[in-house]
Amino acid sequence: MSDKTLIVEGLNVAFAGRSVVRDLSFTLLPGRCVALVGESGSGKSVSARSLVGLAGAKAQVSARQLSFAGHDLLDLSERQWREVRGKDIGFVLQDALVSLDPLRPVGKEVLEVLQTHQYGDRQSRAARVHELLERVGVPDVELRARQRPGQLSGGLRQRALIASALALDPALVIADEPTTALDATVQAQILEVFQQIKARGASLLIISHDLAVVAQLADDVVVLRHGEVVEQGPMQQVLSQPRHPYTRALLAAVPAEHPRGSRLSPERAGVHREARARVHSDVLLEGRGLGKRYLGPDGLARQVVQGVDFTLRAGRTLGIVGESGSGKTTLARIALGLLQPDQGEVLYRGQPWNRPANAVSEAVRRPLRREISVIYQDPLGSFDPRWSVAQILDDALQVAGIEAAARPARIAVLLGQVRLPADLAQRRPLQLSGGQRQRVAIARAIASEPKVIICDEPVSALDVSVQAQVLDLLADLQDELGLAYLFISHDLGVIRHVSDDVLVMRHGQVVEQAAVEQLFERPAHAYTQRLLGAVPRLPGSGAALVVPPLDLEHEAFHLFDETRLWKIAI
Amino acid sequence: MSTTTPAVIDPRRERLVALGRRAAIRLGGGVLVLWAVATLTFFALRLMPGDPVLAILGGPSANPTPEAIEAARVEFGLDKPLAVQYLFYLGRLLQGDLGVSYSQHLPVTRVLVEQGGATLELTIAALALAWLLVLLLTVVTAGRGRVVGGIASLAETLSAALPHFWLGVVLLAVFAFGLRWFPPAGSDSVASLVLPAFSLAIPLAGFIAQVTRESLELTLEQPFVLTARTRGLSDLAVRFRHALRHALLPGVSLSGWAIGALISGAVVCEVIFSRKGIGRQLYQAVQAQDMPLVIGISLVVAAGYVLANILVDLLYQWIDPRQQEAAA
Amino acid sequence: MTDLTLDRTLAPLRRQRQWKLPPVGASLAILFLSALLLAALAPGLFTRIDPLAIVPRDAFQPPSWAHWLGTDQSGRDIFARIIHGARQSLLIGVAATAIAMAIAITLGLLSGLGGARVDRALGWLLEVLFAFPSLVLALLFVAVFGSGVGPLIVATGLGGAPGYARMVRGQVLAVRNAGYIEAARALGHPTSRIVLRQLLPNAMRPLLVTLTMGVGQAIVWASALSFLGLGARPPAPEWGTMLSMGRDFIANAWWLTFFPGLFIVLTTLATTVTGRYLQQRLEGRLP
Repeated sequence: MSDKTLIVEGLNVAFAGRSVVRDLSFTLLPGRCVALVGESGSGKSVSARSLVGLAGAKAQVSARQLSFAGHDLLDLSERQWREVRGKDIGFVLQDALVSLDPLRPVGKEVLEVLQTHQYGDRQSRAARVHELLERVGVPDVELRARQRPGQLSGGLRQRALIASALALDPALVIADEPTTALDATVQAQILEVFQQIKARGASLLIISHDLAVVAQLADDVVVLRHGEVVEQGPMQQVLSQPRHPYTRALLAAVPAEHPRGSRLSPERAGVHREARARVHSDVLLEGRGLGKRYLGPDGLARQVVQGVDFTLRAGRTLGIVGESGSGKTTLARIALGLLQPDQGEVLYRGQPWNRPANAVSEAVRRPLRREISVIYQDPLGSFDPRWSVAQILDDALQVAGIEAAARPARIAVLLGQVRLPADLAQRRPLQLSGGQRQRVAIARAIASEPKVIICDEPVSALDVSVQAQVLDLLADLQDELGLAYLFISHDLGVIRHVSDDVLVMRHGQVVEQAAVEQLFERPAHAYTQRLLGAVPRLPGSGAALVVPPLDLEHEAFHLFDETRLWKIAI
Repeated sequence: MSTTTPAVIDPRRERLVALGRRAAIRLGGGVLVLWAVATLTFFALRLMPGDPVLAILGGPSANPTPEAIEAARVEFGLDKPLAVQYLFYLGRLLQGDLGVSYSQHLPVTRVLVEQGGATLELTIAALALAWLLVLLLTVVTAGRGRVVGGIASLAETLSAALPHFWLGVVLLAVFAFGLRWFPPAGSDSVASLVLPAFSLAIPLAGFIAQVTRESLELTLEQPFVLTARTRGLSDLAVRFRHALRHALLPGVSLSGWAIGALISGAVVCEVIFSRKGIGRQLYQAVQAQDMPLVIGISLVVAAGYVLANILVDLLYQWIDPRQQEAAA
Repeated sequence: MTDLTLDRTLAPLRRQRQWKLPPVGASLAILFLSALLLAALAPGLFTRIDPLAIVPRDAFQPPSWAHWLGTDQSGRDIFARIIHGARQSLLIGVAATAIAMAIAITLGLLSGLGGARVDRALGWLLEVLFAFPSLVLALLFVAVFGSGVGPLIVATGLGGAPGYARMVRGQVLAVRNAGYIEAARALGHPTSRIVLRQLLPNAMRPLLVTLTMGVGQAIVWASALSFLGLGARPPAPEWGTMLSMGRDFIANAWWLTFFPGLFIVLTTLATTVTGRYLQQRLEGRLP
């Protein structure tokens, strides 16, 4: 009787001669969990897909041994693979919004597995679908099963996706970044679902870039970098006493674990600016009683922002944290003066900056715009597709009033300030990496020598190590140039690392506002406590994960994407 | 707190309600469009050089007496002021009276009824045939590698570039006169439908296939297709059960426009193949300056086209109801 | 149907999934078009024979050394007629597309930038124009204004305008909501500068491809109308007219219809291939 062990020895994957995974080996025993950890390009996803024969037609997969439950997985025919997939091995991808067929009800998606492998008859299949959806925690199963992924919230559809992978009780479940697209509270709930899968005796293979998430589930960890194993071993050991410098750098880069003022990237390690004393500097940007209301496509009115006050002082960072649907992105646009509030007002240096009904005209704002800059989550989308880096910066300098003759020199200076080589100016953003693009965006933001920079999720789309570099850069610039940041993020760890003061938003309202250490150590509001409890931490950081209960009101609110209703006036 | 959270509604009922609402709006819009079309054509008619009365009485070659001219003018209401003529015109339209053809001296509606069936037949046959070709060509060959894809693409581009009138003439020469497989003219048998339908269908198929292929290849790379594969579905099952529905959407959008192109093409094909049909009638009417017939046919064609587009729109909605959703 | 999908369908091949256009194909296409342009400007370079010269005893000659593509029923050299016809066809194609584009850009811009009400009103206007299948519209036009090259050009242009207008509108809307427009606003650029320097150029770029392919389509349309006798009248050497004239003799002298048609096909192919090539080169720079 062969037990259900996955043995991988010497796995190599190459595409057109170019090696993508080299000599990967690990063993996964039943009921245990192995995590493949790495940044983009590490080969972790490709490895996972090779285990079900879906690395792609052009992939050349070879290994000394690759077997599951005694069956050899090397050189299987397509037909043999189809027997294995779904039945012996289940696969869960990230972001159910695109990983489930958007045009089919989720119940049908779960049913499909049963149909493909000829499980039982019609009635028993229907019963099984019902049972599975209940098992993963979907409420109102009858109703939800008939809804399409777009009609469900992120958490519910991820559960449905997991249910479809579990349909035939596979002994091995592979999950590729299963929680990446989810809010913190929802992520905690999904992690709990995976715990339950493990408890029922299946083995888990988790692919993730998030070390803290991995710490919740994994027994063993394999760290990959550029296709090679850099370190592997029991989770406790790898994440608490890493041996390889790369692993150490990865752990050092996690913002949550590092206090304000320290630096995260290896280049800047050791630099530690003293936490700035609570100086009452000037108030730069101030919001009073802000509200914004939208009419959704179904005719229902939603108060996306309600009764929000905030104060941003010179040289300091105000962090705004919230999950999706909290209204923080809309608030950022109102603060920037790109969207008008329906209630309340925004003041810049005491003067009206943004008021309802166009009371403050763009002509009044325009000259002041050079003092308030913005950095976006997706820098590429914020660049004119035709322009090179030099043209982007030149354009920003032009509007800041620098004459044409002086601009080339300034461009070089700006690039130096963001630590990019000067010859990058001739390149186009498409040719740059994510981190480089964000630096160019930062260079553009500081071109006009602003006093305030509004940062809208500036590091959310970056790898951990790149994120560390960018956060360090932002911190350095703040010290050098005396900038004030309005920093918006969903990532509590990042917020804790960068902020002096924090605002917590939920459903358009501010639920709590405090200095950063006070908020994180002694949260007053129940929601904040729930949010903090739901964030996974690395081993040794103390608190265990507290899974919040399913919040159906939140789920309903979740569906509404405020960004689709914006019309930024031009 | 004035926030309202939407209740969870039964998705099936919701979909039908949404469809119904959309159909009503589109129909209302369609009526407005048709009114505008009717008005435009009326004024186009009045802009025409030459005296309509002379056209009624047999063209410039005939030499009607002044009394005959006057009598015709009164009979056709051409002596009244323009605004009154317009109101009469609208009134008659609403009653389904499209006037009398100058050249055939028959009610326009009668001409339409007698000739319309053949055109409808041709248009539907061509559309169905085109889609058949599209499905055969794209579903089987999409995403199968550069060589196969390249050849198929080439075939599609070539087909789309063929002008249907030239294709019709060539098909006629080869299959009717040359091989004698099909009759060169006529509108009664299925055999007489084949060549005209093909000459319309092939270019259209090429065009729709290009779009569908691209869409299919894009769809096959989507994560949900990968998920389907992880469940153990075969490649063919993945294509038909998941990818096809998505890939068809652009093609369905195009079909609305395609129907218009087919109607235009029918005009030419009916001439080439000497088929009965309102296309040929329109052509002859233009040559004879028979305005009521020209207007009548244009109106009916426009109405049919608007209706067809509404149907296509609804079909699209039914396949993909997502436009109403605010995706998180 | 949403304009987004229509926009997607009328502008095929955004990705390089398709067969990688070998430079060979594109080069041939561009070569052919250049030759055509040359023929239109200086037909004397290609043939010395008078396209209108009637030589009854040379009627119905099959392709030979003396007459490369044969002669028609009046002894006129077909190759010469095709070369001279190139001028007509290109003229009609380019002029009609220009008219269509002018209308389309105006309507599309107004629709995209004018706000919801203007958009709805113009959308309705477009629907009215759209309600006529192109050929029917063209026939109506010719019925009112008579046949000839002038009305032919306008009719073809009008027929193509609504389709292009929808595309322009879709492009304008897409760019208007793009991140870099918002970023430009946040930087402090005035509206006029944003629209002229960034919105318009970016919105119009993909349309260059459509324009190229549109010329080919316009030529086909014009030929169709001429074929029906509503455009250039015989004995003018217009390709569609030639096709129509040769129809009666197809059983005995296939070359009368085959070659003009072949040239129409080749022109359409060439413009399509060139258009695709342009698009792929453009796409290489766009995200």
